Amino acid sequence: MEATEKTISDQKPQEHGMEEEEKYVLGFWLFLASDLVLFASLFATYLVLRTHTDGGPTEAQLFEIPVFMLETFLLLTSSYTCGLAMHALKNGHARRLIGWIAVTVLLGLAFVGIEINEFITYSSEGATMQRSAFLSAFYALVGTHGLHVSLGIVWLISVAIQLMRKSIQPTTARKFINAGLYWHFLDVVWVMIFTVVYLMGVMG
Amino acid sequence: MVHQIVEYLRNADPLIQMSAAAIVLTLLGIIFALTYYKKWRWLWREWITTVDHKKIGIMYLICALLMLFRGGVDALLMRTQLAFPNMNFLDSQHYNEIFSTHGTIMILFVAMPLIFAMMNIVVPLQIGARDVAFPFLNAVSFWLFFFGALLFNLSFVLGGSPDAGWVSYPPLAELSHSPGPGINYYVLSLQISGIGSIATGINFIVTILKMRAPGMTLMKMPLFAWSVLASCIVIIFAFPPLTVALALLGLDRIFGTHFFTMLHGGNPMMYVNLFWIWGHPEVYIAILPVYGILSEIVSTFSKKYIFGYKSMVASLMLISVISYFVWVHHFFTMGAGPGVNSFFAVASMAVGIPTGVKVFNWLFTMFRGRIRVTLPMLWALAFIPCFVIGGATGITLASAPSDYQLHNSYFVIAHFHQTLIGGAVFGLLAGMYYWWPKMFGFKLNETLGKWAFWFFNIGFYVCFMPQYALGFMGMTRRVYTYPAETGWGSLNFISTVGAYLMGIGFLFIVVQVLYSIRYGERDTTGDPWDGRTLEWSLPSPAPHYNFAQIPTINGRDAWWEMKQQRKAGSLVSENELKPIHMPNRTPLPFLMSLAFFVSGFGLVFNQFTIATVGLIGVIVCMLWRSLEDDRGYYLSVDEIKQTEASVRGA
Amino acid sequence: MGDDFYSRVSDGGDGMKTKEPLSGKYTGFPWGHVIGYMGSILLTLVALWLAVNPPFSQGGIITILLVLAVLQILIQLIFFMHITESRGPAFHTLAIVLGFLFTFAVVAGSIWIMTFNSQVQ
Repeated sequence: MEATEKTISDQKPQEHGMEEEEKYVLGFWLFLASDLVLFASLFATYLVLRTHTDGGPTEAQLFEIPVFMLETFLLLTSSYTCGLAMHALKNGHARRLIGWIAVTVLLGLAFVGIEINEFITYSSEGATMQRSAFLSAFYALVGTHGLHVSLGIVWLISVAIQLMRKSIQPTTARKFINAGLYWHFLDVVWVMIFTVVYLMGVMG
Repeated sequence: MVHQIVEYLRNADPLIQMSAAAIVLTLLGIIFALTYYKKWRWLWREWITTVDHKKIGIMYLICALLMLFRGGVDALLMRTQLAFPNMNFLDSQHYNEIFSTHGTIMILFVAMPLIFAMMNIVVPLQIGARDVAFPFLNAVSFWLFFFGALLFNLSFVLGGSPDAGWVSYPPLAELSHSPGPGINYYVLSLQISGIGSIATGINFIVTILKMRAPGMTLMKMPLFAWSVLASCIVIIFAFPPLTVALALLGLDRIFGTHFFTMLHGGNPMMYVNLFWIWGHPEVYIAILPVYGILSEIVSTFSKKYIFGYKSMVASLMLISVISYFVWVHHFFTMGAGPGVNSFFAVASMAVGIPTGVKVFNWLFTMFRGRIRVTLPMLWALAFIPCFVIGGATGITLASAPSDYQLHNSYFVIAHFHQTLIGGAVFGLLAGMYYWWPKMFGFKLNETLGKWAFWFFNIGFYVCFMPQYALGFMGMTRRVYTYPAETGWGSLNFISTVGAYLMGIGFLFIVVQVLYSIRYGERDTTGDPWDGRTLEWSLPSPAPHYNFAQIPTINGRDAWWEMKQQRKAGSLVSENELKPIHMPNRTPLPFLMSLAFFVSGFGLVFNQFTIATVGLIGVIVCMLWRSLEDDRGYYLSVDEIKQTEASVRGA
Repeated sequence: MGDDFYSRVSDGGDGMKTKEPLSGKYTGFPWGHVIGYMGSILLTLVALWLAVNPPFSQGGIITILLVLAVLQILIQLIFFMHITESRGPAFHTLAIVLGFLFTFAVVAGSIWIMTFNSQVQ
């Protein structure tokens, strides 16, 4: 461990340079690792309870391929545009950065809209959260992800406002880096939801 | 909601009505005192809005000691009820509430804040940092803990305490079996303080990894800092499953879902599973920092470098990972099958190996050392045999077949009190005595401390040794009374005597603190124990910026080596002072946590308007923080020089 | 976030010269992102096709679907989150690896522990 270890080359601790900002980025990665286990617990609950339909609707009866494919493409594309925003940040193009954030936010909004619509459709068919353990677990898992995306949208908008006010500087750059990491992370979780919930669901 | 509370208080047990009156009177007294002595402004500026890790640590300590008092009173009430067969001191409902709150408070609102107190006060000083990585977040964590604890404690006067055990297993904890607000209080207060714990975990990992003084590589870091790192790793990975378990139980109760219900396909055992994915690592969260405290104390009071530093580090890290693979031993009797039970039995026993390594290292450190038996060392010495017995009975329980016999018996009670009192509490008290001069600038009186020590220690064994036997005799947990024919009477009476001895021990600690505030030996050197790590290089209490100059570290036990160099006259002269950047104080953490509290209180009584208002408050606070431009301020060289001169008594 | 990125933002240092771009250097066309995006779309379509027209047994398909999901996650982590890049020790990579280890423990462990579940349903 000693060999790989670098000491902090500090004479000016707690200065507001990028070194200070790196602490926030590491802290945020730790949050993501922790959040991953939060989703793991929800996945575990879903996988244990998915067959507990209590005679109510099953996965194969509920899920519609075009709907969840559209959701998947929207989220994958938004992750890509968020990556392009990061590219703009690396090159110092504040305007392009804000532009790509706007596109990402719009795609995110579309995703959330479709998901809400999906939930309303299911509920109107009688598949509410209170119907069976399977449905409770489904809404808890997918809904928690949706809630994360909604918070991500609010956060990205807040970062965009700050970028418009102050342009690119260590603080705003760090804030976007963290918001971007969060956004990609939500894609990581969605890939698992897409596979474990939807694809394995339609397979029956 | 108001109607519900009034009805509850009108019909409540006289004991609860009296407590409610006492609480109101105490609050009025505090408000009067603050107004009379014109201390509101001081409270607001110096404490409520502070982001200084040392002050936050002191607030954690005060809250933990208050909660220890409440949890201790709960314990004495229970022991009084069990002292004789067929006692009528408490009714069954009241007894259920008391053992539930006793467990929850002792684990989450005593052990956790005591650990956070030590972490906050010591870690930055020990690694040569001026504060934690995220001072603002640190304040948020504290206030979330504070309001979580407040919400939990309100339950017993406002609507009824949780009464389904500290684990709150469904289906008993479901709405169908526990219709009152009690379990809602449990769910929401743990949720709120749990968010704070995760934030603390992240905060201290970053602090330890990124803010060490120049030259302090990881392998030159004091063992307490290592143990905090290990504990925080467990925190950030173990708390999310608790968050989920509580959230799903809350959804069941408040929104009528079916995760853990008996109907519509719910599975109560899934809650048990998720709860213990957190629950077992949680006890390691409590014990790992204690290993660090022990290492510091044993090394300091033996005047030796710690024996086997690298094996200490390796065993800490191993425990933090293995602790995640043992959770099923809390419900072997569920009947998951031999494969599952064998795997988790073996994993549980495996934790004994790195723990054994640590015990031997402490013993070898003391071997041929120049031992000084001060108060901290006394508690550390008492820790070792007590914890070893706790570990041995733990191995007994980790073996699945014997667990089938002992499950839910008083043997289990005796075992985990032995590890949590004989382990965590002894160690944390040792740490409190050790760092007390650093926190407050005076030592705690030795004579009174020794009285406290012997009462508490003898009381501990008198209280819990009989419980092992009671477990073998078939006495199960959570029974509120028992007939005389069982033959449990005499052992239970002895156990109750022990509990009261421990109570006297606690009173001695209170007297000791009050006496020492006035008459305790002042610490003028900043190094009262002839310490070895960096916190002892600072005056006591440390100035708010900690280090006027960040020291450069050349080896383990950095302060000890600096003292040796100074004796040899080879210590290099210090550099010039520079302005220090400090974070601003801010009311936002307090307000944000208050908003969480409001939201939680609304949800307890299914008042969704109040809950929504609270949540909006939380989001507004977050956006406010994100959009405000808080760059902190600089402390000028002159101010530093003045402060240094006054605190160092130059 | 490569080395040079941090150092370039640091050049702006004290937060005074904020209006200027970070540097004149243009890092070129974002090939990494394009490749990552194409890869993720392709993997999604392959997974869907396998789920809808299963060419062989269900157990085998589920295994393949999980492998495809892991590849997708690696794409997000490497091409978009740049997990492999860091200045100094890669503590964040260690944290994510531990996170995935514990994720596996929680999910696989719960399923294994609760296998008796099928009997009580």
